Amino acid sequence: MAQTTYVPVAGDFELIADHDITTDKNFASQSYWKGVAIHFFRNRRAVVGLVLVLAIILLAILGPVVSPYAYDQIIRDPANEAVVAKGIAPPGAQEGPFAGQLFLFGTDDLGRDLWTRTWQGARISLIIAFVTIFIDMIIGMSYGLISGYFGGMVDNIMQRVVEVANSVPRLVIVSVLAIFMPKGMGLVIVALLLTEWIGMSKIARAEMLKMKEQEYVLASRTLGARSMHIIFKQILPNTIGPIITQMMFSIPTAIFTEAFLSFVGVGIVLPQCSIGSLIESGFNNITTLPYQILPPIIVLALQMLGFNFIGDGFREALAPKLEDM
Amino acid sequence: MAKYILKRVGLALLTLFIIIFVLFVLVRIMPGNPFPSERMSADQIANKRAEMGLDDPILVQFGRYFVNLLHGDFGKGTSLYYGAPINTVLSTCISNSFRIGGLAILEGAAVGLLLGITAALNKGRFLDSFCTVFSILGVCVPGYVFLIFLQYFFSYRIPFFPYFFDPNRFMFSAILPSLSLSLFTMSTVARFTRNEMVEVMDSDYVRLAESKGMTGSLLVRRHILRNALIPIVTVLGPLIVDLLTGALVVEKIYGINGIGKLMVDAIAGEGVDYNYVLALGILYSALYIGIMLVVDILYGVIDPRIRVASSGEGD
Repeated sequence: MAQTTYVPVAGDFELIADHDITTDKNFASQSYWKGVAIHFFRNRRAVVGLVLVLAIILLAILGPVVSPYAYDQIIRDPANEAVVAKGIAPPGAQEGPFAGQLFLFGTDDLGRDLWTRTWQGARISLIIAFVTIFIDMIIGMSYGLISGYFGGMVDNIMQRVVEVANSVPRLVIVSVLAIFMPKGMGLVIVALLLTEWIGMSKIARAEMLKMKEQEYVLASRTLGARSMHIIFKQILPNTIGPIITQMMFSIPTAIFTEAFLSFVGVGIVLPQCSIGSLIESGFNNITTLPYQILPPIIVLALQMLGFNFIGDGFREALAPKLEDM
Repeated sequence: MAKYILKRVGLALLTLFIIIFVLFVLVRIMPGNPFPSERMSADQIANKRAEMGLDDPILVQFGRYFVNLLHGDFGKGTSLYYGAPINTVLSTCISNSFRIGGLAILEGAAVGLLLGITAALNKGRFLDSFCTVFSILGVCVPGYVFLIFLQYFFSYRIPFFPYFFDPNRFMFSAILPSLSLSLFTMSTVARFTRNEMVEVMDSDYVRLAESKGMTGSLLVRRHILRNALIPIVTVLGPLIVDLLTGALVVEKIYGINGIGKLMVDAIAGEGVDYNYVLALGILYSALYIGIMLVVDILYGVIDPRIRVASSGEGD
């Protein structure tokens, strides 16, 4: 049998797509944070959480500004000087001196506009949460990283301190602080500062123990880098993900604690207000002005929801499971 | 195992001792006068101070206090209002608080487990979504807020339950506070159980059991639930600790004469009685450390790998 050999010519082939084959689109290099962001925004819950939190932050900034009343302004009826305590008043619906005025959430028992107070309270709560968590992150992170990096005796001593600090319930710290310090925002912040750094330091230490055996650490040590340089310049950026996740979960704790302390009566002092103190005054007037307790509770719940969703989304985005990819 | 437990107990006791010492010193160096001085002459104050031994060196005072403490005696309050021996005041409070707290834990764990199991067995269906929404709600809204609503609707609008706690009808009036106290536990346990069960149901050994022909409740009980329960035991400890905090506000709202309410009085009350702060601080710390200790030991009992790992770490 005679074999004919067929020589293929260029015309036999056809390019299935006319893209530039010199760039690999399937395995395009993607920075770490870009990947995290993509995973985060693909998660519907996380996006809902982010929108909620941003909306609340925006309202906390703008709410008191756009309101015609100050948060501690007592609104009186000009006819008889009585304070105005009433529920939701639609604009322009009523007759009388307040016709056309809007109390979106009503006014409280002392005639203060609840819309303004709610957002002012949300502002205070958020400020407390962000300030304390930020400081706690710095303290806890440094503590944990240093403890984990040096190991041995240093780690041993530092961990014993953590153990003792971790064994004191927050309530006991608050009760002792309440004797030494005046009530108010300062007390809440100090109480949170004293307790929230511990969780952060544990996470940082665990991350450090994972990281410090890696080659790049050995490499920079061989090159003569100082310990502090290795800890804060080389390892810290690689541990930031879990720490941010922990922060996201600490913020709800801080908001809860603030609400709790203000409710108990050692937090924010009148006429200042926070979410917790608003819930407390709502509780005190619940039988006469029951609508008063709703706005702060709803804002509190939405804040918690938002931050928890963000935290969950962030944690999943940092360590995506294979099936989600 | 015995060595492990002994070491844990020893460490816990040492920690507690340190905390008691620091608390004692802090409370003693507190500024101010423990006696209402406007009504007492200088002589009376001096007598009272001598009587209570406040002029001795602080270490001597601590030694005396600690020996009394070992005999189970918290001493006396200094103020007029709370002047009775602290032990008598505490004993009623503790019994109230513990019974309500215990109820709350039971309700929370039982309902939470049930919800979680139901959700996992109906994964992706309505009951699952319901469980998810419920557990989100329970985490986002503090228990005392639920109590405020329950109290408003079921004690005020529809006066079925008592508005305030009534020690004579304990079980009946404990329903609302224990229920609202348990909500956080309930939702956390439900979420945890569901996630753990879903994970275990996906594992190879469950698939093996299924391929052997095992189905139904036996599979759930023998293979799934057993393995899913391990992590749940460990979340219960911290949840009980959270309960201590929650109980504070719940007791305040519902007028329960418990240690939480006493603590609120100590934290917020004007003219606070320092001896109560000290006693409550010690009590809370001991509770907290005790719970943590039990969880630690349970953890080691349930899962031997943890014990090995923590003793291998060299601490």
